[in-house]
Amino acid sequence: MNLLIGTRKGLFTYTRDDQGWQAVSETFLGDPIPMLLPDRRDGTWYVAVEHGHFGTKLHRSDDQGQHWEELDAPRYPEKPDDVPDTLCPMRQIPIPWSLEKIWTLQAGGVDQPGTLWCGTIPGGLFKSTDRGASWALNRPLWDMPERAKWCGGGYDYPGIHSIELNPANADDLVLGISCGGVWRTRDGGQSWAQMAHGMFYDFNPDEPEDTPDAQDPHCVVRCAADPEQMWSQHHCGIFKWQPGESRWQRQEGIKPSAFGFAVAVHPDDPETAWFVPAVKDEWRYPVDGKLVVTRTRDGGQTFETLSGGLPQGKAYDLIYRHGLAVDDTGRTLAMGSTTGALWVSGDGGEQWELLSAHLPPIYCVRLVN
Amino acid sequence: MATVVFTQNLRRHVDVERVAANGTTVNEVLGQVFEQYPRLRGYLLDDTGAARTHIALLVDGQSITDRQGLSDPVAEDSKLFVVQALSGG
Repeated sequence: MNLLIGTRKGLFTYTRDDQGWQAVSETFLGDPIPMLLPDRRDGTWYVAVEHGHFGTKLHRSDDQGQHWEELDAPRYPEKPDDVPDTLCPMRQIPIPWSLEKIWTLQAGGVDQPGTLWCGTIPGGLFKSTDRGASWALNRPLWDMPERAKWCGGGYDYPGIHSIELNPANADDLVLGISCGGVWRTRDGGQSWAQMAHGMFYDFNPDEPEDTPDAQDPHCVVRCAADPEQMWSQHHCGIFKWQPGESRWQRQEGIKPSAFGFAVAVHPDDPETAWFVPAVKDEWRYPVDGKLVVTRTRDGGQTFETLSGGLPQGKAYDLIYRHGLAVDDTGRTLAMGSTTGALWVSGDGGEQWELLSAHLPPIYCVRLVN
Repeated sequence: MATVVFTQNLRRHVDVERVAANGTTVNEVLGQVFEQYPRLRGYLLDDTGAARTHIALLVDGQSITDRQGLSDPVAEDSKLFVVQALSGG
């Protein structure tokens, strides 16, 4: 099994053999790697490389990181003169038709070799059908009038950070957008519907009852074996989507905190999901300096606090939305923090092993067999 | 022909240092350079064709004023210098 880590200062890889986890390689040293994708269908690895001055780039490896080739990054089309600017509702400035950040990469269906999806800031979804060699902006989503209600969540502009496919039907995609809610297509992106109903902010007593286009779902995941069951770590708590329902339900009574960014769901068991809590809202460090993982195994009725092997004092690690991953078995997890600490668990999160406390700040971890 | 000189920091991404190119504006000169080095475009300009925020373009030592349309004039013997700010963290 390989573990890929995208950090503030490069791409790091580990592999697990009979002796345990071993550090294997360091690539793109010094360059931010906000997102990476090991494509399980053909073994290709993709990484986004973020050069502050020169823009965001995309690289591909056909030999598991030994050699890399730069590809054309997704590029927004020229804005037609007769299309009015979409203004950010917070700042009343135009949302640019220009790539600011590759925030997530996702492989298409097993029956769609070479198809990739890319979620970006300022809110465009791109699709490639040739292993990332070329990209096209999904206009049905970009042209939705509701996009004018989206705003940035931690960044200047809105962005797509979650792209979740239905493994049994690759035309069925769910997007998480900060801040733009949760969008779903059932026809491969030809049409989209908002599905963030039920999500809400609890810090604004005057909040209207239903504002799906303004919601900030920090991360959205679907259970691979039961993709009608979804979880979201939202800015104001943990929400669950159940089959047959039309609204997300917030899970209550979660200790030590229901605030966080990351969520992972067991690939076979939709009732089991992991979260990493932090102090809300702007503080964002482990409650009492004790890093824990919360896990539910009964669909959100109860949450366990898992701390085995994790620092239980003076720890200020924050786990970003792409900093938690689970493998195909649901037993191996990996977690990387803003402090540059990297942990793995081989037993579903009961016990964690520290692989390094000295990596650069970690943006993204991915496990692949 | 104008001479376009690129910052050394760019060379680890695109192997280009000094290029001669025709054109009467920055846009025309860079356009000709991009024909030879297509990958270079995305390193200097954003998707709208504007100079990236931290890229500085100087014609004969003076920063250009039209960073969106790149319409600043370039003379036959001008030197266009492409440099970037440096920051880290």
